[in-house]
Amino acid sequence: MALPVAFFAVFFAYPVAAIVARGLKDRRAGGSWQIGRLRDVLTDPDIQHVLWFTSWQALASTGLTLLIALPGAYVFARFDFPGKQLLRAVVTVPFVLPTVVVGTAFLALLGRGGVLDELWGLRLDTSVWAILLAHVFFNYAVVVRTVGGLWAQLDPRQEEAARMLGASRFAAWRQVTLPALGPAVAAAALMVFLFTFTSFGVVQILGGPGFTTLEVEIYRQTAQLLALDTAAVLTLVQFAAVGAVLAVHAWTVRRRESALKLVDAAQTARRPQGPAQWALLGGVLLAVLLLVLVPLAVLVERSLHPSDGYGFDYFRELGSAEGGAFLVPPVEAVGNSLEYALAATAIALVIGGLAAAALTRRAGRLVRGFDALLMLPLGVSAVTVGFGFLITLDEPPLDLRASWILVPLAQALVGVPFVVRTMLPVLRAVDERLREAAAVLGASPWRVWREVDLPMVRRALLVAAGFAFAVSLGEFGATVFIARPDQPTLPVAVATLLSRAGELNYGQAMALSTLLMLVCAASLLLLERIRTDRTGEF
Amino acid sequence: MLRLDDVSVRFGGPAGQAALDGVELDVAEHETVCVLGPSGSGKSTLLRVVAGLQTTDGGHVLLEGRDQGGVPAHKRGVGLMFQDHQLFPQRDVGANVAFGLRMHHVPRAEQDARVRALLELVGLPGAARRAVASLSGGEQQRVALARALAPRPRLLMLDEPLGQLDRSLRERLVVELRELFRELGTTVLAVTHDQGEAFALADRVVVMRDGRIAQSGTPLDVWQRPADAFVARFLGFDNVTPGTVSGEAADTVWGKLPVPPGSPQGSHDVLVRPAGVQLVAARDGLACTVTARTFRGTHVAVHLQPEDASAPRLEAACALRDAPESGDRVGVVFDMADVVVLG
Repeated sequence: MALPVAFFAVFFAYPVAAIVARGLKDRRAGGSWQIGRLRDVLTDPDIQHVLWFTSWQALASTGLTLLIALPGAYVFARFDFPGKQLLRAVVTVPFVLPTVVVGTAFLALLGRGGVLDELWGLRLDTSVWAILLAHVFFNYAVVVRTVGGLWAQLDPRQEEAARMLGASRFAAWRQVTLPALGPAVAAAALMVFLFTFTSFGVVQILGGPGFTTLEVEIYRQTAQLLALDTAAVLTLVQFAAVGAVLAVHAWTVRRRESALKLVDAAQTARRPQGPAQWALLGGVLLAVLLLVLVPLAVLVERSLHPSDGYGFDYFRELGSAEGGAFLVPPVEAVGNSLEYALAATAIALVIGGLAAAALTRRAGRLVRGFDALLMLPLGVSAVTVGFGFLITLDEPPLDLRASWILVPLAQALVGVPFVVRTMLPVLRAVDERLREAAAVLGASPWRVWREVDLPMVRRALLVAAGFAFAVSLGEFGATVFIARPDQPTLPVAVATLLSRAGELNYGQAMALSTLLMLVCAASLLLLERIRTDRTGEF
Repeated sequence: MLRLDDVSVRFGGPAGQAALDGVELDVAEHETVCVLGPSGSGKSTLLRVVAGLQTTDGGHVLLEGRDQGGVPAHKRGVGLMFQDHQLFPQRDVGANVAFGLRMHHVPRAEQDARVRALLELVGLPGAARRAVASLSGGEQQRVALARALAPRPRLLMLDEPLGQLDRSLRERLVVELRELFRELGTTVLAVTHDQGEAFALADRVVVMRDGRIAQSGTPLDVWQRPADAFVARFLGFDNVTPGTVSGEAADTVWGKLPVPPGSPQGSHDVLVRPAGVQLVAARDGLACTVTARTFRGTHVAVHLQPEDASAPRLEAACALRDAPESGDRVGVVFDMADVVVLG
């Protein structure tokens, strides 16, 4: 437990604290705290508008996601249909896609010169709908996996028992299934709220004046206006909000552990029967098609569609540095991204694995607190973390400014929560009596770990590695600060290209996004083959 | 009361495996019928069809003369006690029992009174506030019964009602259930794979095999005259062999067996109940070697291998003091009263 704590202290708490301190301490007045700034910033009407927009769009995104994804969760849990495994992987692709790619895909679908614009003259990039839809796209899998995973394990005979006692189909669902699902729905909703509340890449690309989230505003204040004090206040506000959400989340996760009758998920799914069930399946498939597949397809289409017919021009163009957007050909970003992501994955596995092992061994209030703390990097402003890295890790003994390890370290911070969440349920499920049985048969503690724990955890470890790899690959908020101009990562390169005018830059951004999507999708499809049977705790 | 008319269910489409194959069954008012069969014989599917939880591929289910096709499960007014009870874990005992009453919009005061009365009836007075997870297997079974009885179903169905309980508890509960059903006048359709349970509980036993009804009759009927070799073996009779009946004797691998007068003639399976296998000196009957003896409390079951090694083994029931030792050579003669020519 010492190593993970030290890691978080040095690479998370310290940079964040330092940047907040720099923003709020008046150096001229001898380092006194300027609490007054807090009130100044919070009463600024512009900032209030940002806060208001951030909150209501997160609520709306969460509601919309639940509305669209809950039927999906039911279908994935209870119905058996050909191609289900593949479809489950497909709907998960958006979740591991870099937010920048998600934004780009929706821009290509809904934006100026986008597909809908060409077909019907319809543009949504100036309305909040583009952001909301992109958030649903991004978080669909969170609900399907969290809620659907539990739903599949609920014994269908519980509902049948209620039906036999005179409950209608709906009453049986409301009285029996919903209470059992409640905590999982709440946990999923909170995660979606968290992700959308701190949304950066999507809003950065799809938002505009009036559509600014806290995180985007922090970035603007820090990188463009150099108003560190305002950014510090906003970071604190976001920190408080995220802390509150995580506290509620930890509470619902604990409640989810209450006694439920769980059965083998493989036995609860059956073929749809009757027109109503087929219609539901069709509806969900249609929603997946429109919401998940179409944006991805549009992205690929745009990348292959220069002004004069189809071709790989944009992809070829990625190999040259002439566009002037970078010091190096954009395609080199692929190599950079892969190297960084691999290093970040290794770090996240070590730190996350140790943390999960520590959490399994011990119990108590302190450990539960640590458990919740591990989730914080998901919600704390990545922009702040990135900028904090820049200003704190620049002097001995930790002068890492020039070192390539800076980027993987920042990316690993986001990967660790995923590793912990994947490993924890599996580690907890290893029956102590298995270890005892192995010991009685003559295995040393080391052999017990190798023969009993490792085989059961190996699959989870692979899944955790895959998740950490995917989120590292897509990390944008922190990386945008610390990646060196001659070594951009894929998301950074995409954002840079999009920020420049010109059809060629736009096309190259689409092409790079497509490459990024393919890398993420490939790693995810590999994961789906080694999926653990247990539901994760998301 | 309940009538099944040529009911068929196939899993995996019309060409699939038949779970129920043209089943005809009648259950009269106040009757307790027990469906007996090995696992996979379709008996649970039968209950689910009557409950409306399983759609049929053919035939009709009638309750009190009315066809139940298209009537959803919650409007059929039947109760089903699930194999593993399916108590709602997030509700306490009282709320579980009251669930059906709430679904039927019974007034609150009446609900409370009825829950109290039912818990008393099943021998758990004052348990209403207890958590389901704190109940033992037997207590859960009682709560499940109270819950199923609460909305006063016109037909109560039990799926392996005592399946998961230990032996002594089972034997006690069978007696209690039988008394309770007689007292309440409930019509009951139960399924089980345990013949002891079926015989103890039922007015009438229905034996199922591969989705068809193999035999139906009073426990005594079925026990004394199994319809065929399958039923006989399922009831635990192992002394079954093919034979040719002519007159008052059947020709089998065990030699000529005396059969009761009026037995059907020709090729038939023949059953000898263990009590009808009598041990004599080796030269006075079918020569056998004792391979094993097991103590059964009231008697000793003696397993015998006839001299002819290709002939199937025999089981004899012996009085405690007469039982031979393992390895002894004995002779066997058959008592006509315990020989049954099967259909």
